[in-house]
Amino acid sequence: MIDINPWIIFFASIFTNNMILANFLGMCSFIAVSNEIKTSLSLGQAVTFVLAATSVLNYFIYHYLLVPIGLEYLRFIVFIIVIAAFVQLVEMIIERYFETLYYSLGIFLPLITVNCAILGVSLFMIIRDYSLIQSFAFGVGSGLGWTLAIVAMAGIRKKIRTAKIPKGLEGPGITLIVTGIMALAFLGFSGIVQIQ
Amino acid sequence: MTEIIRVFKAGIYKDNPVFRQILGICSSLAVTNLLTNSLVMGVGLMFVTAFSSFTVSLLRSYTPKHIRMMVQTLIISAYVIMLDLFLKAYMPDMSKALGPYVGLIITNCIIMGRAEAFAQKNKPFISFFDGLIMGLGYTLVLLFIAFFRELLGFGTLFGVTVLGSGWVNWTLMIMPPGAFFMLGIVIWATYKLFPHEDDAGKAGAKA
Repeated sequence: MIDINPWIIFFASIFTNNMILANFLGMCSFIAVSNEIKTSLSLGQAVTFVLAATSVLNYFIYHYLLVPIGLEYLRFIVFIIVIAAFVQLVEMIIERYFETLYYSLGIFLPLITVNCAILGVSLFMIIRDYSLIQSFAFGVGSGLGWTLAIVAMAGIRKKIRTAKIPKGLEGPGITLIVTGIMALAFLGFSGIVQIQ
Repeated sequence: MTEIIRVFKAGIYKDNPVFRQILGICSSLAVTNLLTNSLVMGVGLMFVTAFSSFTVSLLRSYTPKHIRMMVQTLIISAYVIMLDLFLKAYMPDMSKALGPYVGLIITNCIIMGRAEAFAQKNKPFISFFDGLIMGLGYTLVLLFIAFFRELLGFGTLFGVTVLGSGWVNWTLMIMPPGAFFMLGIVIWATYKLFPHEDDAGKAGAKA
């Protein structure tokens, strides 16, 4: 167990170890969905919620189920099933009890299962040997960091939609270049906190 | 035979997973700071894609439609676990360097995409080949990006110093922004090199 204040992990995972800008996780939906600020924000909220919950769930399952019976190598399969099952459950609950939320969030929920950020957080927390509180902080922070990046990107893409871009760069190309510039800006935070 | 050639062309450039379909770029960005890492990652992905396409195709008539996603995920995970155990046993350093990105092959959209788009409808042998070639197309792009990132960032290729002591390392290239810029440039360059077929069709219609 490493001794880092959970708050440090929380801030580091938003700014210096941002899921997209430093670890390249969740790029698929980042590029596909970052067209509108509103939808990006909804997706970000859903991702944050799922991340917070699955990091805790997977923590318990890994340390209290897989480790005692010596099946650590099955963690990939178990984590992905937990994530898929949890997303399904959330979708059913939201559909049943929060209908308005379902219409703004619903379509994104299935997408989250294949978002590499979710599985990535669970794997990172095992590799870095975080405690329960640290894992939770890491999950929430990563989700917020991801949201921050995708909402900022949606805002920028709205501005460059009318700009003249070389034809080959339209769409994913320019998104990647802009992401690079954003990552460059986020490098400026690297002095504040650092986790590895 | 013609089928094989068609699959080959599609995987390498026509429908290249990285620069044409924009799939699986999480890992293609993360591991490309060193050529060796990219090579291992690429070969690993080829293995997983080929064998999971093969298995999905073998089981395609026995899998109920509505649970096929789950079945595919399980098949892919099984092969990824094999790969992870292999790396841990025979290349422990590499396994550490790649870290969580080996496990993240599961969520790499290329494999799921091939299983869904190709293996579900085709015979096992050609699906295996399709997976292999898609993996190869991915590996080639990875190596291309890694070549520039490692050369400019460390002055080395596969860990061997090439640029000599006069070269000042361009550290930005091995940091995350370098990866984003490189992939953006690759997409731009390949757009010119391999024009979209539908674009060519449109241009022809106009003329």
